Amino acid sequence: MSTTAEHSDHTDVEHGHGHDDHAAHGEHGQHGQHGQHEEHGHKPTSYYVKVALFLGVLTALETATYWVVEELGAFLVPSLLIMMAIKFVVVASLFMHLKWDNKIFSWLFYSGLILAVLVYAAFLATFRFFTPT
Amino acid sequence: MAMWLFLGSECLLFGGLISTYMLYRGRHSAELGPDQIFDIPFTSVSSFVLLMSSLTMVLAVSAAAQKDDRRTNLWLTITALLGATFVGGQVYEFTVMYREGLGFTTSLFSSSFYTLTGFHGVHVTVGIIMLMALVGINKRSRVPGDKAEVVEMVGLYWHFVDVVWIIIFTLVYLIPA
Repeated sequence: MSTTAEHSDHTDVEHGHGHDDHAAHGEHGQHGQHGQHEEHGHKPTSYYVKVALFLGVLTALETATYWVVEELGAFLVPSLLIMMAIKFVVVASLFMHLKWDNKIFSWLFYSGLILAVLVYAAFLATFRFFTPT
Repeated sequence: MAMWLFLGSECLLFGGLISTYMLYRGRHSAELGPDQIFDIPFTSVSSFVLLMSSLTMVLAVSAAAQKDDRRTNLWLTITALLGATFVGGQVYEFTVMYREGLGFTTSLFSSSFYTLTGFHGVHVTVGIIMLMALVGINKRSRVPGDKAEVVEMVGLYWHFVDVVWIIIFTLVYLIPA
């Protein structure tokens, strides 16, 4: 979600006003447009493909732990949680554009998430979920 | 703003469902627990499909920002197809589990598992309906307001469904009970 100011910038980009490199748009406007899109979080296709490949590799690594549960021992759960957190942050920051959006959106989203984690951690603790049996 | 508030509240909804599952995942009979019933390789492929649908969704958002209607509709349709593949996989998974004897009321584990993953599946299905509706109204050029922003809103919902699955896949399927 972009701010109003960002959208007016997009409009400028798309109509070719106010930026020197717009002449470089050429027949389809791809090159210069990418430059401007990058500014506001819309990266070229290759960028998103690389991010998706990275996420795919992480998913493969996560799945691979299924066959080496014994070998990983105490490292299994922390390593899975770390990979999960990395995937979550990458999708939220890069695919949902939180990295480039107004910080208030990150605050809204992550505060909901942190609130949920805290509330339900307390809920689970009440039921002695974290107490070894 | 409203969309982010909605997604924040959805975090609370899924947080409740995930917590309930975590609490009850050990409450099952000896032969119908997570270790016996889950097909991790199959679910991994489903997870990968949903992850790739996030890629196609972000490409649709990018195409919409460039006012390229043809590519926007193409990527939205591919995203919907990938989502449908994921939901199909979930229906297959539920069917196999049911045939093996794991009904909704079989145990507290099964109730919490079906409720959590079922709720997520419903969210994906709603996302698919939103995507196909968007393709339909986009083809008729009847998208109200800023088209790029409308596509971005649907994209946010879709990515949210994906990040929820990232958590479910790890906590429910991969971490041993």
